[in-house]
Amino acid sequence: MEYVAGIDVGSTQAKGVILDERGNLVSKAIIDMETNMGAAAEEIFQRVLASANLEASAIVFTVATGYGRYRVTFGDLQVTEISCHARGALAEFPWTRTVLDIGGQDTKAIRIGDSGEVIDFAMNDKCAAGTGRFLGAASFALEMPLSELGPLALQSTRPVRITTTCTVFAETEIIGHLAKGHLPEDVLMGMHHSIATRCASLVRRVGLAPEVTFSGGVSRNQAMVVLLQEVLGVPLNVSAQAQFMGAIGAALYALDHVRAGRRPEHLVKEGAR
Amino acid sequence: MILAVGIDIGSTYTKAVLMDETLQVRATALRRSGYKPAVAAAAVYDDLLEKAGVTKNDVSYIATSGYGRYMVPFRHTQITELTCHALAMVYHFPQVRTILDIGGQDIKAIRIDDRGRVRAFRLNDKCAAGTGAFLEKTARYLGLTTADIGPYALRSTRLVEISSVCAVFAESEVINHLSTGIAPEDIMQGAISALAGRALQLMKRVGLEKEFALAGGMTQNAAMVTALEAKLGAPLHLPPQGLGQFNGAFGAVLLGLRRVERLLAEGREIPPPGSEGPVQTARRWSLFVQAAQEPAMAAGLKALKVLR
Repeated sequence: MEYVAGIDVGSTQAKGVILDERGNLVSKAIIDMETNMGAAAEEIFQRVLASANLEASAIVFTVATGYGRYRVTFGDLQVTEISCHARGALAEFPWTRTVLDIGGQDTKAIRIGDSGEVIDFAMNDKCAAGTGRFLGAASFALEMPLSELGPLALQSTRPVRITTTCTVFAETEIIGHLAKGHLPEDVLMGMHHSIATRCASLVRRVGLAPEVTFSGGVSRNQAMVVLLQEVLGVPLNVSAQAQFMGAIGAALYALDHVRAGRRPEHLVKEGAR
Repeated sequence: MILAVGIDIGSTYTKAVLMDETLQVRATALRRSGYKPAVAAAAVYDDLLEKAGVTKNDVSYIATSGYGRYMVPFRHTQITELTCHALAMVYHFPQVRTILDIGGQDIKAIRIDDRGRVRAFRLNDKCAAGTGAFLEKTARYLGLTTADIGPYALRSTRLVEISSVCAVFAESEVINHLSTGIAPEDIMQGAISALAGRALQLMKRVGLEKEFALAGGMTQNAAMVTALEAKLGAPLHLPPQGLGQFNGAFGAVLLGLRRVERLLAEGREIPPPGSEGPVQTARRWSLFVQAAQEPAMAAGLKALKVLR
């Protein structure tokens, strides 16, 4: 049996998956990013190998994606995260026409055509507003782990409107609201609402077309799913592998090459990066 | 002796100036605004009186300015910080036409005329990029305090570019620079240069008319002043006697004294503080609107209840 790997080196976390030659998910792993992206990529590779109980030699093709894809020294090929996210989403939800990926430091909206090609995309790469960092600010100000923010926000009965756009100022605003006696759940609901409206406008920039698949670490937050459905007015597909969409997409590109009979050594001759 | 007080309640610091009728500054006081600006303003007022050795009864007039100007119940009047900065600066330097004020959470460029009237202004308070918060964040990632920023940056020997606009993204950039062995002072200088560049853009939008002046806490940061002068290609006037950070409060007290003068000239009594009409409700601080009143949010909540 031959295997392929997809490594997604993101801004805050590195993700890796191994697929078998039929495209089944064999193993996955996720780690928080360190300063050294190359080392993080190496570590995530070792972890997916260990959890799949495989040797490195069993992996015939590796595709790297994400912000740090060129730091993955063992990667055979680099593919942009836009392509990989679209591919990963389509693999699980074939009717996906819009992908919204909310990551730790960036948010992407991707519009997919009827034959599965990327038509358009929009990213916020200049400003951290409307990314996972906004929730990170809430987590810091409320001294609460990220995983507890969504469930608590859903208990809100009188949401507070968050007026700041900037993530830096949001932290100040949260503490100000709490000092005024607002409940943490009400402030949190306001934070979630703020992200949802910002991301919805990103989606509208590429054109909202159903079905919509929501991926990225933030898609594990139930309050975000509920609010985005409300703001966008359509139901969302959310995968159990939401954080691994990019890595799965990368591994599927690797599988394409393997199935077409292309091996990493061929790519080098073609002068691929 | 007539005494007046100007209190400038900014986003980060609350500043106060006590002045007598000969326009001599008797005392200045400063505290962090914190989350209860009204409390900070009262505390700064007490500090000011104590420093000057006077009591509340000796003070004839109190004028407030800044974001929290409506939150001081014991004020006589409130004046926008733009007017205050303009008046204070033209008092010190009649030839100044463009004022830059870098605050903790905002940045303003103001164009004034020869009588200190505001002709145009541009403001950024939406984004931490281009405000004091950008430098504070960078300093925090480098393990420096705010006071260290200037002296540290002055030791820089080579310029490192900080290309991120967003203060949050700058963190990753700073960490990357550190991991490649770049000295912290060079990174700090890079952040200062980036901020100066953004300030220059804002000043251009009000016309960049000579001469230039700087207000706010950055007046104490020699590296920042140097970087701004280099970008402008012209010198920057700084308010004398360390009054840079107190420029808004200084303008407020000047206007307060002018008001007292007029009242006395008209033969009217100076009213006790807080008696000039009802205290208006907060305007700039009315962030605390109940979102439940918003239709979108209310609809969202209804959906939540169904789902739950």
